[in-house]
Amino acid sequence: MDNKDFEPKIIAFVCNWCTYAGADLTGTSRMKYASNVRVVRFPCTGRIDFMLLLKAFAQGADGVIVSGCHPNDCHYTAGNFHARRRWIVLRGLMDFLGIDIRRIRFSWVSAGEGAKWAQLVNEHVETVRELGPYEDYKKAADYLKEGVYNG
Amino acid sequence: MDKLKAKLKEWLEAGEITLAIGYKQGTREARPFFCRTAEDVEQMVFSNDFQPNLAVYLSKKEVVKDEKVAIVCTISALRSIAYLARENQIGQSQYKIIHLSPNDELMIFRSPWDIDAYIEEIPSTPSEEDRRVIEMLDAMTPSERWAWWAAQFSKCIKCYACRAACPMCYCTRCIVDNNRPQWIDPWASPLSNMEWQINRVMHLAGRCVGCGACGAACPEGIPVHLLNRKILDNIEENFGMPAGIAPREGAVLNTYKPEDKENFIK
Ligand code: SF4
Ligand code: SF4
Repeated sequence: MDNKDFEPKIIAFVCNWCTYAGADLTGTSRMKYASNVRVVRFPCTGRIDFMLLLKAFAQGADGVIVSGCHPNDCHYTAGNFHARRRWIVLRGLMDFLGIDIRRIRFSWVSAGEGAKWAQLVNEHVETVRELGPYEDYKKAADYLKEGVYNG
Repeated sequence: MDKLKAKLKEWLEAGEITLAIGYKQGTREARPFFCRTAEDVEQMVFSNDFQPNLAVYLSKKEVVKDEKVAIVCTISALRSIAYLARENQIGQSQYKIIHLSPNDELMIFRSPWDIDAYIEEIPSTPSEEDRRVIEMLDAMTPSERWAWWAAQFSKCIKCYACRAACPMCYCTRCIVDNNRPQWIDPWASPLSNMEWQINRVMHLAGRCVGCGACGAACPEGIPVHLLNRKILDNIEENFGMPAGIAPREGAVLNTYKPEDKENFIK
């Protein structure tokens, strides 16, 4: 399949203190990067419930970015350490269920890493562009429209 | 078995307990049995392979409130009790915990804390059949796995028996009972059936003992316990915590180590 013209929809869940500030720096430094990303700001990566990732896919996202402060830099000391354990477990489960985990990119981006944010988004947009629209998940999620209630 | 019955009779007759929870023979399989008299006790049967996990009743207040309870435990039920105690769901000497070891030795635990030393010696392992299915799934491509689970979940009728059977699913208000917001659609559908299982399994991650009661309870025969087993494997591999033994430092997802390793955060 040729996905050259496909513009993926990417939802980024980021923490307020590091990655959001980093993304802000990307903008104030006038760096250009792919506009496919919608950023959702959270107080901490520890607050990013796995349900939010699932909801993003259910509502039509083709890819997800999750990012926060580097280890040892958490504003609340340990939120990112807790998040890291949760992601390790969640990723294993999603993979076992056949969810395409290549569509979820985890990262640490600090408030000073504006360039890393731009690169991260660009890379992930390309990865997801190549994978194409997330049809499998959309099919499962669109049951209301399709009138499929069980199976 | 005779030793176990004799002990329960003795307790019931002396009024030390008012209720003994064990198993009796059902139509096809063993089933839970609530004994109140010495005559009842005669019908009891026991094997460490029995389902369901009777520890589930200890987290149901409506069953054990105002009772003096003795509970007949399989190894899995002992594991659950150790976890429940760590989560402050069970008091020091609230229940008489009685068990027959695989070599038929009668064991009585005075407190949940005494269980650790015994179960630490016994690894929690899946059945051969479960291991086989997990390996089969691991060998598939992600889209084959997706199709396999979609076919399984398509049978789900959202009865929540998998939740009811689990000793660790004791929240008085489960995420699926909340409707502000309604995180998961309450009816059976491809999306909500999968979301329900992901939630069930994630909320049990690091707390599940691998007893398999959830899968055994599913009226549709969906092997949902394999998801929990996969997480147990994952936790052992990544954090070095063996399945079925409540970690003394706290549940896996409630704790962390700065040196935890992963290879996907870039
Ligand atoms: S999730 Fe299933 S296997 Fe794990 S403790 Fe609960 S009933 Fe047992
Ligand atoms: S027990 Fe089976 S049918 Fe019932 S909610 Fe759980 S998975 Fe669905």
